[in-house]
Amino acid sequence: MEEHVVVKDLVTTFQTKHGPVNAVDGVSYSIPKGKTLGIVGESGCGKTVTSFSLMGLIDPPGQVTKGSAKLSGRDLLSLDESELEDIRGKKIAMIFQEPMTAFNPVLTVGEQIIEQMLRHLDIDKDEASKRAIELLSLVGIPEPESRFSNYPHQLSGGMRQRAMIAMALSCEPEFLIADEPTTALDVTIQAQILDLIQDIQKKFGMTVQFITHDLGVISELADEVLVMYMGRVCEQASGEDLFSKPRHPYTHALLNSLPKLGQRVEKLPTIEGQVPALINRPEGCAFQGRCPHAIDPCFRSQPPIVELSPNHKVACFNPVEA
Amino acid sequence: MSILEVRDLKMYFPIKKGFFLREVGSVKAVDGVSFDLKKGQTLGLVGESGCGKSTLGRAICRLYNPTAGSISFEGKDITHIHGEELRTMRREIQMIFQDPYASLDPRQTVSRIVGEPLRVHKMGSKSEIEKRVAKLLDIVGLKSTDLNKYPHEFSGGQRQRIGIARAIALNPEVIICDEPVSALDVSIQAQVLNLLKDLQKEFNLTYLFISHDLSVVEHLCDEIAVMYLGQIVEKADRDTLFSHPTHPYTQALLKAIPRVGKGRVEKRVSLKGDVPSPIHPPKGCAFHTRCEFKTDKCLNERPNLEQINNNHHVSCWHRDQFLIQEVKNESEENSPQLDHPRTPSQSRDSGKRSIEQRA
Repeated sequence: MEEHVVVKDLVTTFQTKHGPVNAVDGVSYSIPKGKTLGIVGESGCGKTVTSFSLMGLIDPPGQVTKGSAKLSGRDLLSLDESELEDIRGKKIAMIFQEPMTAFNPVLTVGEQIIEQMLRHLDIDKDEASKRAIELLSLVGIPEPESRFSNYPHQLSGGMRQRAMIAMALSCEPEFLIADEPTTALDVTIQAQILDLIQDIQKKFGMTVQFITHDLGVISELADEVLVMYMGRVCEQASGEDLFSKPRHPYTHALLNSLPKLGQRVEKLPTIEGQVPALINRPEGCAFQGRCPHAIDPCFRSQPPIVELSPNHKVACFNPVEA
Repeated sequence: MSILEVRDLKMYFPIKKGFFLREVGSVKAVDGVSFDLKKGQTLGLVGESGCGKSTLGRAICRLYNPTAGSISFEGKDITHIHGEELRTMRREIQMIFQDPYASLDPRQTVSRIVGEPLRVHKMGSKSEIEKRVAKLLDIVGLKSTDLNKYPHEFSGGQRQRIGIARAIALNPEVIICDEPVSALDVSIQAQVLNLLKDLQKEFNLTYLFISHDLSVVEHLCDEIAVMYLGQIVEKADRDTLFSHPTHPYTQALLKAIPRVGKGRVEKRVSLKGDVPSPIHPPKGCAFHTRCEFKTDKCLNERPNLEQINNNHHVSCWHRDQFLIQEVKNESEENSPQLDHPRTPSQSRDSGKRSIEQRA
């Protein structure tokens, strides 16, 4: 299948007063057209920075220092600001976690949606408004005409997230990055939003990169899953493989430590310790200090990511048995 | 034996408007809630944002003055006590908060934070308090070298441990846990849940565990109450609630939870619309605006929480119908969430051990 998005060896570095820190440290992946890639990991693992790097949204002291990110063959990382502006919103759109802070509070929802249509599409204001109202009703907002002239604070959380999706879709992007779009929402609203994203993906044939810390959401949504730990990919596989046969000790432990409905245990298995600070990246594998499987080479060198079985890649010297 | 009894508790917040701040209405955050907390057990309180679960927890701690109803602790009415009486009561009912970043004073050291309740309640001399604080840190899994650090030097999970140490400092009977693991990463969440379970066993604590996450609640709680718009819509022991969810809202909530390993889902059966505003809750059943089974009766009359089975209470006019339906479903499709083994409720040893005894 045609690879739509190809990211290779992406490194994003932040300058701190203790020295440079690689928030993203050599991440590679590709997404076929129309498919969904899920990126999971705990806070600080670099999943959001990866997406921001693709959108050209990394501000100093951060900088993309290495790698390439191609969308339909065009390298996004080599574009200048005006070229990026032509692409952002039109070809790539992004949905953010907190719809309250992502909207401008002093402009109406409608004004914000038509703003990018006027920038990217060759249409006038009336036509854009008409389209915006159509979009609002497409994402399931009741009374779209009156919501169009509401301010963001007048909408509920789920409603705001819908409006943001409407905005992201306004120019029919080919690539959608959703960064924890349902984390701030209640489960019943979350189910509505996930349905909506999947419906729209089917309708427009969009490629989706879905970022979340919620393994349940990823399991229900993604064709392919990327597990990140301390800025690196530790495991990559199809959703089915990853959740039934996790091979990296981190993925394995993460799945075990999750309380699961219907499976009761007296005590939850835990991952010892905590994620080290990026500035204190341990020698060798980043996970070695917490890993029950660690063997000698783990403490000395960084494990390369290798294909253990077709379409299942793991960066580990001593993977969990399948 | 119930240690805390809540009867028809109401907590309304007035809405004031205009120059004279006339009361123009009220937010009915908690609107007639009754339940018992049994000693040594955990009651889970679940519901979506704005359903009043946190307000209920805070009202029980008497951080608010309830509008109506009663709360009694060990047989004593504590609904309207104040002053010294209230202070003494607070030794027995403590709270753990959701946000470990906001609930610890950034300018105090850990030893001051954890020792504060001991100082407020004059529990011993300076050196005794210091000793005790060190012991408390040990119990929650922190090192004695952490005593003089400030909260910003800790990660989220460790901060939550500090909050837990503070809550158990006075040897309370009841701890109200308000979403204690919601802000934590998955791997850290498991550590804190295990700690809460261990502490409960060791000190025979009673928990009111407030959470929006049903899988966490299932892991920890003996009994579960589901709240919607200020009211309890269903209450049952853990096994019954997960095997026979009866209220349409509970059923929808269970279906909406994303599950690991279920494979890709194309369509989720979900509730339409949003939770109505608690300022103008709908007439009749509060859930009728989102319920697909509503009838005329639901629009006009509010159902009461009634017992349908041993220790299973539901507030729905059509409860009988749903109960039968659910049992039928179970035999038909063998739905995975419904057929887990029933664990015999474990007996907890009575008799509370204090922190001193443990040492």
